[in-house]
Amino acid sequence: MSIEVIKPGLASSIQDKGREGKYHLGIPPSGGMDQRSLIAANLLLGNPEGAAVIECALMGPELRFNEARKVAACGAEMTPRVNGEAKPLNEVFEVPAGATLSFDFVKAGARLYLAIEGGIDVPERLGSRSTYTLGSLGGLNGRTLQAGDVLHILPAHGHATLGRCLPDSLVPMFSKHYQLRVVPGLYDHRLMPESHKRFYEEDWSVASEADRIGYRMKGGTPLSFVEREPPFGAGDDPSNIVDACYPIGSIQVPSGSEPIILHRDAVSGGGYAMIGTVISADMDTVGQIQPHQKVRFVAVTLEDALAARARYQQDLEQLRQMP
Amino acid sequence: MTQQEIQAPFPGMFYRKPSPDEPVYVEEGQVVQVGDVIGLVEVMKQFVELKAEISGTLVSFAAGNETVLEAGDVIATLEVSE
Repeated sequence: MSIEVIKPGLASSIQDKGREGKYHLGIPPSGGMDQRSLIAANLLLGNPEGAAVIECALMGPELRFNEARKVAACGAEMTPRVNGEAKPLNEVFEVPAGATLSFDFVKAGARLYLAIEGGIDVPERLGSRSTYTLGSLGGLNGRTLQAGDVLHILPAHGHATLGRCLPDSLVPMFSKHYQLRVVPGLYDHRLMPESHKRFYEEDWSVASEADRIGYRMKGGTPLSFVEREPPFGAGDDPSNIVDACYPIGSIQVPSGSEPIILHRDAVSGGGYAMIGTVISADMDTVGQIQPHQKVRFVAVTLEDALAARARYQQDLEQLRQMP
Repeated sequence: MTQQEIQAPFPGMFYRKPSPDEPVYVEEGQVVQVGDVIGLVEVMKQFVELKAEISGTLVSFAAGNETVLEAGDVIATLEVSE
């Protein structure tokens, strides 16, 4: 069976859990920015949790199904509509043959994950079906969806149950003001002490250009770096370092003005000082923040981060055990 | 005469002009045809043209140039003659 893209939405792309283990070659993980919602949508349908889905950012697509198929939509609150009739989020429903699936304006959150029973059939590239647009890799021809695209769907496995829904306790809560936990380092010693302190005391607002590569923040006081002679190989700007690897979640502040949190399509290295790293358990949250919403950074210890990661893994385990 | 509101299809920054030193796409009180560009909404490094879906008189803008919109915010009101 196949699905035709009538309207693509704003930046809809095919994503799975991502391609791990290639970042040292410059290939970022890609994959759903809110992994928990991607996995939830797949598990609701009885798909493998890493089946390929459509990640819909800020505005949903309009899709025509040539055959009936069960689907589930999790993540950002955009009401799905089948031929105009509202359908629930976080619950399995069927799109009949010839019907059109569309979505309302996003009410909360930023990214919706549309899983289809069986999963989307695009070739695996370097072990994943995820789209990495900067590298024109994976997904459908390495790019976001366009009007007229045809998505082939793997055969239905028959395990999807109409009406199966996420327990309320596993439905994500969205906000307009988020706290993101950060482990300071490795280059935070380059910041002046007052800048280091203020970074965690002010609200930052997400800039409109925030995307899968990185989330740029605005509105806080520019940060000052400690004066120094640039070491051999580092640029002249005080925010420069000798090139280093960039972890996903790391925060760089080019010229001290606008912090950028790198996300799953990030470049793997470069010459900006990273003043901290958003903990892995909060990276799904980053992917659900709309432009112009507010963020406060909270410094935590590595032990806190590991405890949060363990709780995050427990949440995923609850999804896997869902009735 | 019926009035129709034009809403923001997604969150972003609203612009009434194609670039800072050009005139606005549409003045208040101007008649627009289906497909006429009313403004731009910018998000994720994309500028998306907002087009009139029906013909009518653009009575007023609720959103000013360079204002931040949430999805569903009213941008302008059109008056449609039956």
